[in-house]
Amino acid sequence: MKITNEIINKHGIKPHEFKKIISLIQKEPNILELGIFSAMWNEHCSYKSSKKYLRTLPTNNKKVIQGPGENAGVIDIEDDDALVFKIESHNHPSYIEPYQGAATGVGGILRDIFTMGARPIAILNSIHFGSHKHIKTKNLLNGVVSGIGGYGNCVGIPTVGGEVKFDDSYNENILVNAMAVGLAKKNKIFYSKAQGINQPVIYVGSKTGRDGIHGASMASAEFDDNTEEKKPTVQVGDPFTEKLLLEACLELMKDDSIIAIQDMGAAGLTSSSVEMASKGDLGIEINLNNIPCREKNMTPYEMMLSETQERMLLILNSGKEEKAKKIFNKWGLDFSIIGKTTNSRNLVLNFNDKEVANLPLSSLSINAPVYDRKWKKNENQKKVNMQKNFKSFKILDSFKKILISPNNSEKSWVWEQYDSTVMADTVQKPGGDSGVVRIHGKNKGIALTVDSSAHYCLANPLMGGKQVVCEAWRNLIAVGSNPIAITNCLNFGNPEKDKIMGQFVETIDGISQACTYLDFPVVSGNVSFYNETKNKAIAPTPTIGAAGLIKNLNYMMTKNIKEIGSHILVIGKTLGHLYQSEFFREVLFFKDGPPPEVNLFNEKNNGYAIQTLIAKKLVNSAHDISSGGILLALTEMCISGKIGAKIKIPNDNISIHEYLFGEDQSRYLVEINEKNIKEATNILKKNSVYYEIIGKTQKDKLNVDKEFDIKLSDLSKLNSFWFKNYFKEN
Amino acid sequence: MKISAIVTLKKDVLDPQGKVVSQTLRNMGYDNIINVRQGKYFEIELNEINKEKAKKKVEEICKNLLTNIVIEDYTINLK
Amino acid sequence: MKSAVIVFPGSNCDRDVAVALEKFHIKNQMVWHNETELPKCDLIILPGGFSYGDYLRTGCIASKSRIINAVIKHEKNGGLILGICNGFQILIETGLLPGVLLRNKKLRFLSKNVFLKALNINNHFCLYYKQKKVIELPIAHNEGSYFANSNLLQNLEDNNLIAFKYCDQKGNIISDANPNGSSNNIAGILNNKKNVLGMMPHPERLIDPILSGEDGSLMFKSLFNSPT
Repeated sequence: MKITNEIINKHGIKPHEFKKIISLIQKEPNILELGIFSAMWNEHCSYKSSKKYLRTLPTNNKKVIQGPGENAGVIDIEDDDALVFKIESHNHPSYIEPYQGAATGVGGILRDIFTMGARPIAILNSIHFGSHKHIKTKNLLNGVVSGIGGYGNCVGIPTVGGEVKFDDSYNENILVNAMAVGLAKKNKIFYSKAQGINQPVIYVGSKTGRDGIHGASMASAEFDDNTEEKKPTVQVGDPFTEKLLLEACLELMKDDSIIAIQDMGAAGLTSSSVEMASKGDLGIEINLNNIPCREKNMTPYEMMLSETQERMLLILNSGKEEKAKKIFNKWGLDFSIIGKTTNSRNLVLNFNDKEVANLPLSSLSINAPVYDRKWKKNENQKKVNMQKNFKSFKILDSFKKILISPNNSEKSWVWEQYDSTVMADTVQKPGGDSGVVRIHGKNKGIALTVDSSAHYCLANPLMGGKQVVCEAWRNLIAVGSNPIAITNCLNFGNPEKDKIMGQFVETIDGISQACTYLDFPVVSGNVSFYNETKNKAIAPTPTIGAAGLIKNLNYMMTKNIKEIGSHILVIGKTLGHLYQSEFFREVLFFKDGPPPEVNLFNEKNNGYAIQTLIAKKLVNSAHDISSGGILLALTEMCISGKIGAKIKIPNDNISIHEYLFGEDQSRYLVEINEKNIKEATNILKKNSVYYEIIGKTQKDKLNVDKEFDIKLSDLSKLNSFWFKNYFKEN
Repeated sequence: MKISAIVTLKKDVLDPQGKVVSQTLRNMGYDNIINVRQGKYFEIELNEINKEKAKKKVEEICKNLLTNIVIEDYTINLK
Repeated sequence: MKSAVIVFPGSNCDRDVAVALEKFHIKNQMVWHNETELPKCDLIILPGGFSYGDYLRTGCIASKSRIINAVIKHEKNGGLILGICNGFQILIETGLLPGVLLRNKKLRFLSKNVFLKALNINNHFCLYYKQKKVIELPIAHNEGSYFANSNLLQNLEDNNLIAFKYCDQKGNIISDANPNGSSNNIAGILNNKKNVLGMMPHPERLIDPILSGEDGSLMFKSLFNSPT
């Protein structure tokens, strides 16, 4: 086949990139080779636009066993245990086929975890949809939620946390970010780096079909009007096979049969074979006639670029093939020896006794393009004069509007569709600040959270980047854990536009500053660009997944109020920042202005103080104050504890609106018993932590100064109204 | 008028259910099974007497709701 | 008391059940679906999960497994069988329990804690629920709406074969407390001989105070202490 400009263009390769290919491989590529380049050089696999900036993130400290660059990050969680985790996007496929797109997103991230020798123990997700009024939103929401559940529930991994958000900017580009967490033994972690020559290369899992060919390229292109017509094939997930693959891999991992292992994810066989061989500085030779195929007459091009799910590539110690084969056959999975490692440093593909591709691996990996794209500084939003006087809005009426808004509604409609208790180690289910899972057979636990704050990031990417890391940190602190590390999923528009690239650069800077200050390294992650349709990009949405350790589960904290008559304290200073708050957005429909300031010193200092209070057993319940402000946080604590509260605004420098709805950072609400209040406040004073005692807990009513007095059950009804009403379940 | 529509996964799309059913049938001794693929069957009753118009409506329904043309095909039968 | 947990491809609560059995001193063995014989045991557990991906009909393909004949024989000899969630669905497809489990009324998967009332405690499984007015256990299923025709329902009620019904926190059996649309709020049933129990809630998931409750423990305690 003649390689025309049209074909090159269809493969998403720019003319100057094609020239670079020729100079790297000293020949004109054939169509198969071009396909391989297209897969390896696209944004999704090569990180060509983001690499320069990702390198600036802090990725190491003494707890990090493996940072970015592997299938997932690995951290030390004491004893001989290691925690393996990563977050990944599956945005484009989920928009095209919500159920399968979301399902295969979960499948892919689970494989990244068990590839490393870890048994998955938890799943989390962050999903963003367009306005609830947009015609597609209902079906997309329903499809994505049931797809995530359908896959995770079947494999039998509990979903313990996540977030669901709505905003116009996602109308044509939804976000589906899934995080998986696994548990391994420190000395039994498996990597993707090939070692040794003439070692057998093994294909295991499902048969290869014509699924999602060029899916990775699709994830790196903007949508246009025709996208729905030409919809490329979307992969269908088979969680049942995934479960078998999981068990078979973990069974084989019990001894030393495996040298290297990698999931066939985006760009399937191509990226897995290239990455494994490149990391080991070796060559790899594959006989494509040995690939198990689902369809007749599949071409080498289709085999190399197929994105059929539930497949793995292994390099075994030679001599272990029979033993491994037995295990995979027991689980009813395909097992085929498809090639070997070589010392050529080339990728060589044979088919029907002919060499059909031969490429130097360096041209696909280290010599792949890296761009220093143009970017411009964001025009950060400044404080502007409000047209309406917000002080005339009644507190209770305003609060009710916030409570029934989709973004602030209680989301059990979503959580209930995810099995949160399978594996019988879930200590905190979705709905709290973090999900908590027990380390099986021990009395320690892991706290997990995912967070994003796109509104803040759009208004000021640098501040937003900092804020979202702090939010995750705070969520881990609030359940009594010691934050360890994060994984990030960076969702942005088209990086070829300087404005979008600027958002990306500044967000990374913000994340980097916060992570460095909090000693909270990034150990894995994923970048999703081109979330843009007809020139309209999503709001910059970095999603942070974070993990913390609870050494002794008896010290775990929850947000539900425990006792009547205890004190309620606001930890951290309330300045009354209302720009970008839920009050401004949902009540005044006002979306301009800067996000709240992040003060990293206060963040850390306040967090440590909360840790001390929890460690001394002085706190009954604790909750992070985030979007919605003090009033929403307090209401959530009351509803979940079925105990009310009576509060007074302690300071008259700011208005009651600013006090109750302000979204200043670094704050927590805590409940402290009368007998502990003295000791607790002494600790806070000693550590220069600002606090205010705002009231006491009481029976089943929430009472705010002279403003209102309302039954918790009424608030609870309002808060759980929206989803049921949207899906007509009332 | 009653019209039926059968929705199946496209030829090249993985059908996990069909795969398990065909394996099970083989295990049960039906050794001449080559392949099983599973689909959905709909019976749609319309207030329409013109056959062509009815067929067109059902086609529209298939495209807009019953199938996702990314992974599924449909066939329509008039009764 | 000795037990055997049958592991089907796609079972995913097999480990959780094994952990619970061990905690309550029941000697357990795992049995792969492809076996034809069972180890010597008093109790068989069909665990929860998605055997064969729940494809075709939940529990249907597992009910054609090679081990099933041995399970049926075990029942004939008076041995105990407990089916939890997917295990309940398999028992129904096998014919060891009557009725059928349909998709949840709201047509979505439901994972949450529910309240139950034990209606029949005079069996090997439920003896320790005697003191408990209301039991709290998690459910996690998509097809848990028990359906039976009126004759069968009458028969189950008359012969006291309904082990558990969904109720509210105070123990009232009302439709608001029915999570999935089950006929008569049924959450679990016994066979005529009362040696087979099928139930949708998961006792093995609540055997520890740190997991918000221990009501599941009572079932394993009952089994451990029941005469073999």
